[in-house]
Amino acid sequence: MIWARALLALWLMLTPVMAQEAVVAGLSSDEISITANFNGSEILIFGAVQRETPPPVELGPLQVIITIEGPDMPITVRRKGWWYGIWINSTAAEIDAAPTFYAVSTTSTLAASLTDTQDLRHRISIPRAIRSVGTEVADQRNFTEALMRIRTEQNLYQLNEGAVTLRNETLFDTSIQMPANLVEGDYATRIFLTRGREVVGQYSADIRVRKVGLERWIYNLAHAYPLIYGILSLTIAIIAGWLASAVFRYIRLS
Amino acid sequence: MQIYLPIAEVSVNAFLLLGLGGLVGILSGVFGVGGGFLMTPLLFFIGIPPAVAIATGACQIAGASFSGVLAHLKRKTVDLRMGVVLLIGGMIGAAVGVQVFNTLRAMGQVDLLVRLFYVIFLGIIGGLMFLESLRAIQRSRQTAGATPTRRRNRGMIDALPFKMRFRTSGLYISVIPPIIVGLVVGILAAIMGVGGGFIMVPAMIYILGMPTKVVIGTSLFQIIFVTGFTTLLHATTNFTVDMVLAVLLLVGGVIGAQVGTRIGVKMKAEQLRILLAIIVLAVCGRLALDLLMEPSELYSLGNSQ
Repeated sequence: MIWARALLALWLMLTPVMAQEAVVAGLSSDEISITANFNGSEILIFGAVQRETPPPVELGPLQVIITIEGPDMPITVRRKGWWYGIWINSTAAEIDAAPTFYAVSTTSTLAASLTDTQDLRHRISIPRAIRSVGTEVADQRNFTEALMRIRTEQNLYQLNEGAVTLRNETLFDTSIQMPANLVEGDYATRIFLTRGREVVGQYSADIRVRKVGLERWIYNLAHAYPLIYGILSLTIAIIAGWLASAVFRYIRLS
Repeated sequence: MQIYLPIAEVSVNAFLLLGLGGLVGILSGVFGVGGGFLMTPLLFFIGIPPAVAIATGACQIAGASFSGVLAHLKRKTVDLRMGVVLLIGGMIGAAVGVQVFNTLRAMGQVDLLVRLFYVIFLGIIGGLMFLESLRAIQRSRQTAGATPTRRRNRGMIDALPFKMRFRTSGLYISVIPPIIVGLVVGILAAIMGVGGGFIMVPAMIYILGMPTKVVIGTSLFQIIFVTGFTTLLHATTNFTVDMVLAVLLLVGGVIGAQVGTRIGVKMKAEQLRILLAIIVLAVCGRLALDLLMEPSELYSLGNSQ
């Protein structure tokens, strides 16, 4: 048993050496700041494929897949039903963990770049990135599909096939548009190299998304000290209302 | 200029918000109403989450009413004693309202609750106002000089216990009716994010029989505390008060109200009322359509509880 484990460990240590192609990559920024005038962000991801031997073309052409994944969160999906003439939420399904943001960009189509087994193992395509083991609703699949549909409409889930440009099987780059309503957290950025629909190289880095400045201060205060925040909001509202009408009175008098 | 609202977590055009505040401010200046019942649905329409729109609406009304209360206090047109009695009812109502709001929020039905409340109240008020102003226009055409006789059917109210003297209003009545009026207004403030003046003012005149000159000041006095209390309740239980949104709406609102007051002076009262009735009915109809028509997207995403 111990021997088997030692062998496995040895094999794992040797694997990187056996991989002939590795990714060297960069991001245009590893931090996104949500400021008062934040209106979405564009992330530029670029890199190169490093190899010591000539490219193993016999395995098929090189494909690059890039994913960005926001923090996972549980979510409730609700479906409306017709009830005495009005439409109300009638059925709900709990999805255990769904990324708040997920973008996949590829050089070719996803199907041409990846086998299902590889997709399952690395959780690359959008449906694979969502985890739901719900049993309480019979048609859980419809709810998961609705989640993907709604988030795709909001640009929170993106499948950008053909958006990665690859030059001479060596240099690649892509840009990913991130919308304004991002959740704070670490966004895992992964780059996969595939040949013959098998993953041959992998790289990952994190992009930190943070509220900064006033936005951060207000948000934190509202959640950490809600009573103080509430009193402060009222005070500011009263001062603002009073000041605005005082200014008007002054203008009218002069 | 896009601005990111820290609590609503959406990015909106700042001028759109100022304009919206200004528009509602103009309407409230022209018609002499608070305008909360128009502001909150308009915020829904531009994509602010309903829970944030309601809590922020309450905060904004508290801010907008302050200078009005000061002016009325200076003119001594506030019945403080009546205000406090109304306020006791209002606080209880607000607490009950926020509790109902939060329970339904957990069940995913809060949108329905808010929309139903709006459709029902805007429908009743808009409809009554429309009929009333039609009748007023007819009366003025017939030039019948007879003033409408106010019916004073106060036998029931006089029979109630716990009487109290309200010197400023010149009343000696039971505290139960004002507490109930306050309670209803408090519930509306918590669930709809409105001040509730549109309910309270008629109730004070027709049910309590208060003299018209103290009605506005006293209702503003009650509104500022009830909306303030509602703001604190929403802030501490739901974290849905957006400070930035409130200030933008306020600034637009105060400026709009000043412009509106000047427009209001130049227009006839009946025309004004029929116009307001049409606006109220239009907003009501738009909200009702959402409930009645089959939505194009049957599914919606909600926060996990």
